[in-house]
Amino acid sequence: MNTTTQSQSQSQKTTHRNTSASAASTQEMAFGTPFEHYNLSGSFDEMFNKVDGPRPHYNMLFSQLQELPLEQLERRQLAADRIFLNHGITFTVYSDDKGTERIFPYDLLPRIITKAEWSRLEEGLSQRITALNLFIHDIYHDQKVLKDKIIPRELVESCHHFRSEMMGVDVPGDVYLSIVGSDLIRLTDGAFAVLEDNLRVPSGVSYMLANRQIMKRVFPDIFRKYGVRSISHYSRLLLSKLQKLSPRPQDEPNIVLLTPGAYNSAYFEHTFLAREMGIALVEGRDLEIQDDIVYMRTTAGRRRVDVIYRRIDDDFLDPEAFRKDSLLGVPGLFNAYKGGNVALSNAIGTGFADDKAVYAYVPDLIKYYLDQDSIIPNVETFLLEDDTQRKHVTTNIDKLVVKAVGESGGYGILIGPHSTKKQQSDFCKQIEKNPRNYIAQPTIDLSRVPCFVEGQLEPRHVDLRPFILNGTDGVDIVPGGLTRVALTRGSLVVNSSQGGGSKDTWVLNK
Amino acid sequence: MIPTLTMLSRAADNLYWMGRYLERAEHTARLLKVHLDLTLDQPAEAVAQRRQYVLAALDLLEDMDEVTSEYELTQTVLFHEKNGNSVKSCIGAARENARQVREQISSEMWQQLNQFYLYVEKVNMDALWSGEPQEFLEEINGGAHLFHGITDSTMNHGQGWNFVEAGRFIERTMATVRNMNLYFCPDGKLPQETIDNPLLDEDLLWLGLLRTCTGFEAYCKFYTATLKPNNILEFLLINPVFPHSVAFSVSMLRNALEGIVNSVHKPLSERSYRRSGRLHAELQFAQIDEIIDGDLEAYFTNIVDQCHQIHEAIYESYITYDSPAEHLELV
Repeated sequence: MNTTTQSQSQSQKTTHRNTSASAASTQEMAFGTPFEHYNLSGSFDEMFNKVDGPRPHYNMLFSQLQELPLEQLERRQLAADRIFLNHGITFTVYSDDKGTERIFPYDLLPRIITKAEWSRLEEGLSQRITALNLFIHDIYHDQKVLKDKIIPRELVESCHHFRSEMMGVDVPGDVYLSIVGSDLIRLTDGAFAVLEDNLRVPSGVSYMLANRQIMKRVFPDIFRKYGVRSISHYSRLLLSKLQKLSPRPQDEPNIVLLTPGAYNSAYFEHTFLAREMGIALVEGRDLEIQDDIVYMRTTAGRRRVDVIYRRIDDDFLDPEAFRKDSLLGVPGLFNAYKGGNVALSNAIGTGFADDKAVYAYVPDLIKYYLDQDSIIPNVETFLLEDDTQRKHVTTNIDKLVVKAVGESGGYGILIGPHSTKKQQSDFCKQIEKNPRNYIAQPTIDLSRVPCFVEGQLEPRHVDLRPFILNGTDGVDIVPGGLTRVALTRGSLVVNSSQGGGSKDTWVLNK
Repeated sequence: MIPTLTMLSRAADNLYWMGRYLERAEHTARLLKVHLDLTLDQPAEAVAQRRQYVLAALDLLEDMDEVTSEYELTQTVLFHEKNGNSVKSCIGAARENARQVREQISSEMWQQLNQFYLYVEKVNMDALWSGEPQEFLEEINGGAHLFHGITDSTMNHGQGWNFVEAGRFIERTMATVRNMNLYFCPDGKLPQETIDNPLLDEDLLWLGLLRTCTGFEAYCKFYTATLKPNNILEFLLINPVFPHSVAFSVSMLRNALEGIVNSVHKPLSERSYRRSGRLHAELQFAQIDEIIDGDLEAYFTNIVDQCHQIHEAIYESYITYDSPAEHLELV
């Protein structure tokens, strides 16, 4: 039996070597079972150092994996998938009329971040969110940043998500951003960088929390040995931030989570957070407005609502103020909000600040508002309204990533090296037609971590979305975040709608 | 002071229907199971006649022509897409209700119902038929029982739980009364050749009725195994301790509505409770000989009508109310 296994793995190894022979930088590492198919490429590998083998904080996991037969991993993977399905931890895919529910693929192995790495991230993210919150307030009030010509006025005001209706509106505690999910990546030298900010209605935190619960169930042994910082206080922390925004601070505030409904792709997350916080999960049709006060319809009559954690985009919040055809929102909500009778979280109109072109200015904004250098750098970004930059981008489009500025979810993206000539020329035409609508960045080889894919351990590209909570008492971040995985070999796209998965993220105690 | 729980009207609506759909699924599966059991050792003609009882009880007589075998009956009752009350669609609807109020129910409840749904979704009719259909039907009943057990031990026995209970017992009341109406007053509800058919063993019919209400063993404890229609009527209608009797179901419904009234504190909301209390009192003080001497069919119809009125009162008080001043509670 032993002989058979060896010869099989031998032949697989040979095949693998043949397919990857063209990549000059590929190195075969002799890490032994179960890593015989694990190869290191040019990108930063979070587990293995090219020379010495596993990095110190991955040592314990490495030796545990050497002792675990692959069948065991397979068994635990199936157990994890079953838990997700039975708990209904699913998202909805709109490929057919029915809206199929799928589980968000979960990878068994943890991604590990050291204490030192995390404290730098924590500092950098707090700095970034503080500056962005000041920036949004400034834009909707004095616009000093525009007068001082730090960022062009046309750029800000042409953002799809800029809301002129918010000019001069005061929001509770000047807190525009309560929940932010910024996407971080690691560059080829291992340094973290911010790829984009999500300042509207970032999602994914329920997967972060669910992944941890599953991890504790399927790998209690390894988890116990590592000292991993807890993330279970996320919901309580969020609740306390929301409570502080209530326009009636003397009373016990009534906080609700506003969902588009059970057919929204993130509905599981909405129910999860509402349950964890013990607040009502409402739809637009559950709310009524009278004299600029928001009420929810309960069995005991109407009850006043103080704070709305809304998971509906600005456009759909109030058909009287924004999109007329919205059936999800509440007519009159914007007036109640302007009148200071209800708090919305995040505030209306934050989206312009995560526009991918505005992103390029964030380091300048940090400098401007906080007089600090940004701790976590941006990724180099080309703005295409600039003739020189645009020319550079269109001639080098096969090496770059081009993104539509107002899109999210991995849509409207061209990844140059992975695209056809036809796609490239289509994008070039689009860029020439509407340069403001696109930005370009170098193709970044995201860092990789080991994943358990089709019965083997293989490296896959990942990013990290920490969830940053901001409020009148400052910024708090639960240690970790959602590590998203591009499960297709070689792919750089981690979005759940595009074949991405996720894994648990460990921030270590020491 | 213990804070009172407020509940969204929409959530109450979903919980109520979740209770109703699960009860319906359970009742439907049991009806089929009893039928398949009882017909195993009967001649084919008798089986075909008895099938009419199942179809009539489920209000499916119109599709009768298509259903000419136990296979087709099973297919129709469990899965048929045209049958909005098939076991599969009831469980699907209950799970959809639960999904709408996922944050109101406990994780344990959701997990059980979701697993239950995934199990039923996966079942293939042909595999089921060539295997053991009885086992599947038992799992349906078991799954529903397990859900109620989990509900009772993990959910606050407050307003939300009372809405589930109200749905469950209004559904049970109506299903039991409809079934009794069919057996005690078959005229006009079943084809005449079925009613007059000599092949149908009368004892087996009464046994079928009792077992459909899970009542045979419980009946024997009161009346022995001698099956007398008047005793069966008394037992199913007014027995105060048998959990599927009409009187018992109505008293549970009344308790649930009382619980809701107590947690809502709103004068207008008492209508459904008062109606259920009145129906309960009628059953509590009913004289079985008077009922037998009177118009039995009208008696059954009256109970179903009252259930409809209670249902409407629940809606008017808690769910679809306009927002008049007395509903405005400035908290």
